Parts: sequence; structure tokens; C-alpha cells
Amino acid sequence: MTDPESKEGAALTRRDLLRGAAVAGGAALVGIPAVARSQAQALAPVVPPLVPQVLPPIPADATKLLGTPTSPVGTRSRFVTASRAPTGEVTGTSFTPLQDLTGTITPSDLHFERHHAGIPLLDPARHTLTVHGMVDRPMAFTVDELRRFPQVTRVHFVECSGNGRGAYRDPKPELTPQKIAGMTSNSEWTGVRLADIMKEVGAQASAQWFLAEGGDACLLARSIPMPKAFDDALVVWAQNGEPLRPEQGYPMRLLLPGYEGNANVKWLRRLEVGMRPWMTRWETAKYTDPLPGGIARQFSFEMDAKSVITSPCAPRTITKGWNPISGLAWSGRGRITKVEVSTDNGKSWREAELQGPSLPKAHVRFAYMWEWKGSEQVLLSRATDETGYVQPTRAKLIEVRGKGTDYHFNPIYGWRIATDGAITFHGES
Amino acid sequence: MRAIQSCSLRVRVLPAALLVLAACGGKPGGDTPARYGIGRAATTQEIAAIDIDVGPDGAGLPAGKGSVSDGAAIYATKCAQCHGQKGEGMPPAYPAMVGRDSAGEKFGFAKDAKIAKTIGNYWSNATTVFDYIRRAMPHTAPGSLTNDEVYALTAHLLSANGLLPATATLDSASLMQVKMPAAGHFVPDNRRGGGTIR
Ligand code: HEC
Repeated sequence: MTDPESKEGAALTRRDLLRGAAVAGGAALVGIPAVARSQAQALAPVVPPLVPQVLPPIPADATKLLGTPTSPVGTRSRFVTASRAPTGEVTGTSFTPLQDLTGTITPSDLHFERHHAGIPLLDPARHTLTVHGMVDRPMAFTVDELRRFPQVTRVHFVECSGNGRGAYRDPKPELTPQKIAGMTSNSEWTGVRLADIMKEVGAQASAQWFLAEGGDACLLARSIPMPKAFDDALVVWAQNGEPLRPEQGYPMRLLLPGYEGNANVKWLRRLEVGMRPWMTRWETAKYTDPLPGGIARQFSFEMDAKSVITSPCAPRTITKGWNPISGLAWSGRGRITKVEVSTDNGKSWREAELQGPSLPKAHVRFAYMWEWKGSEQVLLSRATDETGYVQPTRAKLIEVRGKGTDYHFNPIYGWRIATDGAITFHGES
Repeated sequence: MRAIQSCSLRVRVLPAALLVLAACGGKPGGDTPARYGIGRAATTQEIAAIDIDVGPDGAGLPAGKGSVSDGAAIYATKCAQCHGQKGEGMPPAYPAMVGRDSAGEKFGFAKDAKIAKTIGNYWSNATTVFDYIRRAMPHTAPGSLTNDEVYALTAHLLSANGLLPATATLDSASLMQVKMPAAGHFVPDNRRGGGTIR
């Protein structure tokens, strides 16, 4: 079950949990009703699993057969198989199938997941966001109350800072876009400006940091510099036009545009305003970047500019002739201004087209039309953002950060096309 | 000018001239009051019930105490099945917590990802050990430990890492005396975008 990319995800499955509980001989679980061991378990239906659904045969001519009726909630076509992987992890990750998506918005049910203690089941009627600490008026807000503040809707990516660890440390030919970069997803988020909440509670001007805490089973907590609250931070309750998915923080989450995913605390239950960071486990033992010289970078929130070609890609094949080279680019520091594509392993670069508006701290799709004539070639992409930052090579990153660095992997990657059209990952730029 | 006052917090992000146009007074979308009067006051008791964080200066450490030996006993029944008898862990799912090998002591993590990051070689603050155990462990029964048990487990893990004598008892004052080997190795983010790769 352990995916190479999810060392950070640590791949703890439900079965492991049961194992842990079993080995514990119940000692750790005394006084805890069996169903409460995992909320996922508590949710499992009492009825036996459904027998596999028998699908109707595919008609020879669909124009000669009356179609199916309307339904309360749509489903994907039976021909579409896009799915997250790996699955079943309580403490771990699932990756977005970037190679199966088009445009820039990630379907909500394919948004990558990263949980440190599973997905909590929170009742919006009881869940509140409490704001206290260095504020004039400590207050609590339900999601319904938050909705009465001025609403803002913005498109932003959320990327786990561990995204791409496996490809960085151990590039293998069989890696896919999902595996090298599937811990980034892009959504239209709706919520309220954190600045408006801070103003409502009377956050004191001298405050320097705030703690954001989730209502999950590890009470995940991160310290965030106060200026971010007054810049572009949001507390959101909706994603792509509907309430947040449980795995994305239902009923509300913190959204810190451009900041590493872990800081965008899901299931947000508490904000404490204060003077200094709290040094939680997720900003000391984890989510810090060891660097050469015996140091580690801390509070490295902003995600560096990055791009990935999602088509063509492994493990697919390509046919001779014209093909678009298409992919995604994003930066935690603002807009992507340019994406270049190389079809000769970096010897020369051509500018790709940015399709649609390049929004700040959001995925933008790029495309470059290319004729494959059958020779062996390596396709690469390289993003530039509005600060002038150019996505580096893996060799450059290893030089400045070391091979053992733990987060923020954004090297130039690509795909090697063999003469027979087979495609493999090329990670050694 | 009243308009500016009522939006004073916005001054932190917008130049004052823009402010009047963008944020206040007759703008599309309606007015911006000083406060919306939404939400309710949070009581001292309800805040106390959820305000469990412990800061690096010891703020938030509760009353109570626990000994290394009590901690070892609790560890054996409630933690060892996942983290190993000696805190060696079962990576990658169950992290190691004990270890101060020579490479780790030199903080050589950037060179070699295989060096396990432990409380003894990578955690910068002893307060984090207390805070995290109380928040999140044991994994399948979070929030089930008393403060005394959390002190005892913290004492045991610090002692197993050679940071506390085996005879010690930990409370809020003695926890603050523990010197963590990794302290001083952490630096703020110096990446700024632009032309320099850091
Ligand atoms: C059922 C298995 C299980 C049990 C029992 C358990 N843990 Fe854990 N522990 C985990 C997992 C899984 C993680 C990693 C969580 C994550 O990645 O966010 C963890 C993480 C930790 C960490 C952080 C390690 C690091 O390097 O970040 C500490 C400290 C810890 N546990 C202490 C304890 C203590 C003390 C107990 C006993 C009271 C305990 N654990 C019981 C599974 C367990």
C-alpha cells in the first residue's frame, strides 16, 4: 500500500489501524466504543455490501433506444475511469489523476487528499470557528453565520509541500503525472476574507502570528504570520459551487493562497491570535526543509513556481503526427507569466500558449503544438512566474538543497518518447 | 475620513488612497460597516475547553507531573505496538521517535534522507512533544490521556533520547529546562522568488 511518493503520507491504512488496535489488546481503547475507533468505520453501512451492479448493454445505435431518466446526483460516464490513488489510507494521501483532467479546475471528488488522522464527521449545526487570544472580542461563528459576511470566490491551487518527493529522490521510468505531481489540485473556493473576521473580533494591531487548528482527530495546528490574514487569506465553506467535500474540510477550512497545503487547515475549529509561533509538530518535526550546512528552513510557506506536462505522458503511447504538448503550471507567489517547452531535452526552448487567464496562485493550462516524426525525444516544460522566478533543474535543486531535503520539490521534469511511441518519465534534468 | 477609520484594518494591505475607492462608501456591493455584528461572544469556559496549545515559552503547559518510569510503563501498553518497544518505529507508517546517531547529530539530513528524524535529533522544542502527544496520541484514541500521563510519556521519550535522567520527573518547570539538540538549527524562509534559487 505504500506509495513511493507518500513517505510523508506514511500510508497508514484502515487495516493497519485495526491491527494497531488489535495488538494493543484493547489497552489503548479502554472505554472507547468499538464503533468510535475510526469514524470511517462508524460510517460504514450496516447492510451487507451491494452486489455488483449489472450495467445495461451498450446499444449498437443509441439513437434507436430511449435513454435513461433524470437523477438526483450525476455520475461519470461508465467509460471514464479517472480516480485517486492510493486509497484506504487513514493517515496518508491520495493523488489527483492529473493525466486524466483537462482545463484547470480539479473535479471536487478528485481533489488530492492528505489526512493526518482521517476525515472527521462534523455536524455543521454544532461545529463552530472560535477566534480568541489577542482580540478585543473572543467570538464563535457557525458556518451559517460566516456566510453572512461579504462573500468572495477565488480560484486557487492547494499543493502539498511533499508533492513530488518520490520523483525527486528516486526518479523511475514508470512514474506518471499523478505520481510525480498529483498532490496539487485547483478549485474555485467561496468563503469570507479572514481580514473581515479579524476585524469583527478586533484583532490587536501588535499581534504577529495566529494559530489555526482543525477539528480532526489530531487537532492539526499551524502557526501563520498575521500579515497573511490581512493579505489574501480566506475561510472557505464551498468548493466548485457546492459545500466543501468532507475530505477538503467540511464544513469550513482555512485557505491560504499560494501556501503549502498543510497550512490550509481543514475542518477549521479555532484561531488563536498571538505574538509568536507555537512550534507545533507540523512546523518543526514535519514541513521543514533540511538544507546543506546543518540547517533546516522553517515556515517555508510559499510554493515555488512549477509546471508539469500532463499529455503526452507515461504510461501512454503517442502516434506520429501533430499532437499538443499540454500541461499545468502554477506559482505560490502570483501569476505564471510564461511556460516554455523543450522537445530536445532542454537544448532549445519554445514558448507555450497560456490558455485562458493566468490567475494569481492558480493553475494555468499551457499548450504547444508539436509534430512527432518518430525519433527519440525528451519533452520538458519550464515555468516562469511574475517575480521572475524560473523553475530550476533537479541538478540545481540538489546543489542548493541537497538530495535529502524533505519538501518543496519543483524541478523541471519531462517525458522520454521512444521510437515506437512508448513514453517513460524523465526525471534527471 | 470617517470612512477610512471604519476600515482601518485595511490600511495594512491597501494604500490609503485606493482604500476609500475600493473598500468604502457607495461602492458596488454595498457598504462596509466597522463591524457586521455577526457571530456570538465565546465564553471563557468554552475557550478553555478547546485552548489546548502549548507554546515554546511554556505558555499553556498544564499543572501535573509524570516520571520517566511511569512513562515507560504507559508507553509499553499504549504506544509500543505502533512505535516499537524502544521507539524505533516501523517506518514509513509509524515514525521513529528515539535515536541520536552520529550522522543525525551533525544534522546531516539534507545529505541523506535515510537518517531518521527523531525527537532527539530533529525536534527543536520539548514543549512540542507534550503538545503533540496530548493532541493526537495514541493514534486510535486521541484525547484519552490525562495531563499526568502526557508528562510521563514526554519524560520517557526525552529520557530514551538521552535528554533526561531515567530517575527524572517532569512538570511544567522542568520541561522548560530540557535542552533539545536540534534547537538552533532552524532558519527562517529566505526564498523570495525572483532570480535566485534557494
Ligand atoms: C495505532 C498506532 C499508534 C499508536 C498506538 C500510537 N501512535 Fe504515535 N503515531 C502513529 C502514527 C501513524 C503517527 C504519524 C502521524 C502523522 O503522520 O501525522 C504517529 C506519530 C507520533 C509522534 C510524532 C512522530 C514524528 O516524528 O512526527 C509521536 C511523538 C507519537 N506518535 C507518540 C505516541 C505516543 C506517546 C503514543 C502512546 C500514548 C503513541 N504515539 C501511540 C501511530 C500510533
